[in-house]
Amino acid sequence: MNKLKVAVALGATCAGCDVAILDLNEKILDVIEIVDFVFWPTAMDFKLDDLKALKDGEVDVGLYHGAIGTEEDEEIAKILRKKSKIVVAFGACANFGGIPSLTNMPYESKMFDVVYKESPSTSNPEGTLPQKETEIEGTKLTLPGIRKRADSLNSVIDVDYYVPGCPPMVPLIEQVVDVLRVFVEKGTLPPKGAVIAGQDTLCKECGRTKPETISYKEFVSPQEVKEIDPDLCLLSQGILCLGPATRSGCGALCTKMNVGCRGCLGPTDKVDDHGLKMISALTSLLEVEHEEEYTEEDFDKLLEKIPDPLGTFYRFTYGVSMISKLHPDKEE
Amino acid sequence: MDEKKKVGVFVCHCGRNIAQTVDIEKLMEKVREKYDVELVEDNMYMCSDPGQNLLKESIQAKNLNRVIVAACSRDMHEPTFRSAAQEAGLNPYLVEIANIREQVSWVHDDKEKATEKASKIIGSTIEKVIRDEPLEPLKIPVVQRALVIGGGIAGIQAALDIADAGYEVTLVEKSPTIGGHMAQLAETFPTLDCSQCILTPKMVAVSRHPKINLLTTSEVVSVDGYVGNFKVQIRKNPRYVDVDKCNLCDDCTAVCPVVVHDEYNQSLSPRKAIYIPFPQAVPASYVIDEETCLGIDPLICSKCKDVCLVEAINFDMQPEIIEEEFGAIIVATGYDTYPIENIGEYGYGAHPDIISGLDFERLLSANGPTQGVIRRPSDGKVPKTVVFVHCAGSRDPAKHLPYCSKICCMYSTKHALQYKHLVHDGTAINFYIDVRTAGKDYEEFYKRAAEEEKVIYVRGKVSEIIEDGDQLLVKGVDTLLGEAVEVHADLVVLATGLVPSKGTQEISHLLKLSCDSKGFLKEAHPKLKPVESALSGIFIAGTASGPKDIPETVSQASGAAAKAATILASEFLEREPQIAQVDPTTCGLCHTCINVCPYGAIYLDEGVRRITVREALCEGCGSCAAACPSGSIELKNSTSEGIRAQIKALLQG
Ligand SMILES: Cc1cc2nc3c(=O)[nH]c(=O)nc-3n(C[C@H](O)[C@H](O)[C@H](O)COP(=O)(O)OP(=O)(O)OC[C@H]3O[C@@H](n4cnc5c(N)ncnc54)[C@H](O)[C@@H]3O)c2cc1C
Ligand code: SF4
Ligand code: SF4
Ligand code: SF4
Repeated sequence: MNKLKVAVALGATCAGCDVAILDLNEKILDVIEIVDFVFWPTAMDFKLDDLKALKDGEVDVGLYHGAIGTEEDEEIAKILRKKSKIVVAFGACANFGGIPSLTNMPYESKMFDVVYKESPSTSNPEGTLPQKETEIEGTKLTLPGIRKRADSLNSVIDVDYYVPGCPPMVPLIEQVVDVLRVFVEKGTLPPKGAVIAGQDTLCKECGRTKPETISYKEFVSPQEVKEIDPDLCLLSQGILCLGPATRSGCGALCTKMNVGCRGCLGPTDKVDDHGLKMISALTSLLEVEHEEEYTEEDFDKLLEKIPDPLGTFYRFTYGVSMISKLHPDKEE
Repeated sequence: MDEKKKVGVFVCHCGRNIAQTVDIEKLMEKVREKYDVELVEDNMYMCSDPGQNLLKESIQAKNLNRVIVAACSRDMHEPTFRSAAQEAGLNPYLVEIANIREQVSWVHDDKEKATEKASKIIGSTIEKVIRDEPLEPLKIPVVQRALVIGGGIAGIQAALDIADAGYEVTLVEKSPTIGGHMAQLAETFPTLDCSQCILTPKMVAVSRHPKINLLTTSEVVSVDGYVGNFKVQIRKNPRYVDVDKCNLCDDCTAVCPVVVHDEYNQSLSPRKAIYIPFPQAVPASYVIDEETCLGIDPLICSKCKDVCLVEAINFDMQPEIIEEEFGAIIVATGYDTYPIENIGEYGYGAHPDIISGLDFERLLSANGPTQGVIRRPSDGKVPKTVVFVHCAGSRDPAKHLPYCSKICCMYSTKHALQYKHLVHDGTAINFYIDVRTAGKDYEEFYKRAAEEEKVIYVRGKVSEIIEDGDQLLVKGVDTLLGEAVEVHADLVVLATGLVPSKGTQEISHLLKLSCDSKGFLKEAHPKLKPVESALSGIFIAGTASGPKDIPETVSQASGAAAKAATILASEFLEREPQIAQVDPTTCGLCHTCINVCPYGAIYLDEGVRRITVREALCEGCGSCAAACPSGSIELKNSTSEGIRAQIKALLQG
């Protein structure tokens, strides 16, 4: 049996995706059985040149995790594409831009100000900002340039499969391993563009019971609730949960711990703006029984209880959201 | 499905309505150039016979399988063009309207831009029509029986009309008798015929009609289902007197020790705990008022039972739940009058001689507390001066009802007139803001009161009424003379307006009927659908939807009955098939749709664990499709993908 040549490349990432692969524990041995890692800088001593040195198309499967945040990320993604027969976007950042894409909100120069000048833990009296090129004692040093937007992988290269999650959970990675095994043994693959996760949404997987009418008077944080009913839908208890809009497949890790779903698996195939869909569902349900008694201001007050709405509803998908496109960089 | 889409576009001039703002020639050229269409034609009036023939002939000649008519709003002629297409052998749901009149020619001046916009709207409609699938109307079986809720004159008339048309009717009335408010009135404007005399024959007709099942002391407790198939639970509360046995001997009231206010006489006289609301009540039977009877369970008194020779009294009667199915429902739950207790400036109803219009009706009635002699409540004297205050608690958005109840001017005029007939030397003074007499023979009636019968009309609002000795001092301003007026009166009658009855409010919650800002039931369209509710198969009649006089109430009742009868007339109903459908592969059973559907059309089928749309209930409103967080619900022929393509076409042009 020929082993699959696998490359794991990364962009703007926290490397949690790498750890997630290692979280397979002893099952990693099954992986090693069918896979040869030809590039995985986080886990082994690889340099970009090692990837460049491979022949075009020599890599069977290229996994990419992290968003496309810098010019270098984009370059690496393009190299990976050239070298790989199949490219998999691995994790929320590669799928949707993820948390790094929340930086698309302020404009580029402002983002630098926030991070390098204004943050409370920073002392930068000269106001130094990162430069692409600096000369120190006659030596030219370079840094990859920051792109205007942190983007999903498929905005710069063609992507064959998607594995969402922040990071992808063990059951999903196991599914990926199964896909690879079938590929090795039978040579067959899922249809291009397939998302390796559930097709429906989390409520089904979560299994909490739904009351006859789901209607909440206000939103509360889990810590504000004296006793969270472990069997009742969190939303109906006023705890914000993105489960209704979020793809299933995680095993309901969060809701099992009385924490509302944060949406890291993104939306279903049918939806392209995750946050917007959740907002429209949530606001449709808000005091649905008494909505006629409410004024616009009353509703505004209820919604004020949601901290950081953009970060809440688009925590992982801001990069591919429609709303982020309404935020053109004024500097241009 | 992969057949080539052959789109035909038909542009209507609408005389000059469209053609004067849209350059039709240029529009047709643009459409031919920009879009993949088989044919573009125009006609002076597409909705005319020649226009429709053009459409039919072109469908056949060019084998068109998709049609767009660029004309007026789809509300106007969509059915016209769809049936024309059907006659030519095309599935009617493959015809779409591009609105270039209301949305283009009527709202723009610039011919060039308007033509461009019209072309974009056609382009966008092409994106819709090429995605349309042929559909078949839904067929729903009909239960050929009607439910009428409320037994006032509206409910009585509606029940009689439907029954006369040959259908079974169940008439549900909350109180122990039918008749409603009309049974309390003495004489009616503008003809002054006796209310009871014209009402009671209809009440008797109800009780005799073989097709009418009358349920008094009954209430609707739940309604499920949809047009043609409503499943209704009715609670028949016990009256403790057997209607069939009671022979109206009145022996029981003599022994009953409980004395309470008689609501029929507006609490101006007493009655017993066992009583008959009024002599002509239907059903003709006594009834025990459970609330005030000394005790039914455990039995404490039972004096009445002991004297009843025919053994009509039965303390063991229990509430009964009746379940029945109906094809249509008419809501005729009527009104209450605005409580005079709410009107602080007129003494909060605390003074016995400041009474409401309905109280005065009872004083005028031969079967009322004073046998038709006008006596004031405080001391029983015949009042020599009576002030009638129009608009009491009406047209006063700051403190009371903001609206005009439109009957109060007329009934105050009637009251003044009747008073003058009974107390020849009496003085009747009517304070009014405007006298509103819009109705057949109404103005003449008012003229007669003011001119022939010397009723005094003072234009102005009464600001205050205070006690002054054994009289009342009515203070106001005569706005015509611009001076303050003060009148001493023996009796003041407040013409209070109409508000939705408590029963109307309850039924609106139960049936999920929407109400206007005043709480009256809302019509599906205030002008064109005055007796239809927004819910298919549920109709409204009488004062439940707003203040009305008897003629208007009766004509509405007949209208609602005719509407209901059209549903009952066929064994099957056809419904529009453009309804919601669920994709179970992506649905996560989050229940959002169940909660947002205003028609209760969605439920979770527990057996197969699937979200299911009740086809007969879905109105195709799209609320669920917008709310579904997984994107699993779409309306047939309105997919998200299609809508996006339509928007794109509009934006790109
Ligand atoms: C003082 C006064 C004088 C008037 N004089 C005239 C006049 O001279 N000429 C004229 O044309 N009009 C007159 N009117 C108006 C007239 O009274 C109304 O137009 C008419 O009575 C309306 O009838 P209705 O059936 O709509 O309502 P209602 O008479 O109020 O009947 C409603 C019925 O429904 C029943 N009901 C309510 N809720 C429920 C429920 N949930 N379940 C079951 N049953 C329920 C009630 O018990 C009642 O029997 C006068 C009105 C007033 C206040
Ligand atoms: S807790 Fe969240 S995921 Fe679970 S059922 Fe409720 S909304 Fe759905
Ligand atoms: S709203 Fe959508 S996902 Fe939720 S139960 Fe309904 S169809 Fe399913
Ligand atoms: S389209 Fe409207 S009526 Fe039909 S199921 Fe959806 S919400 Fe209900």
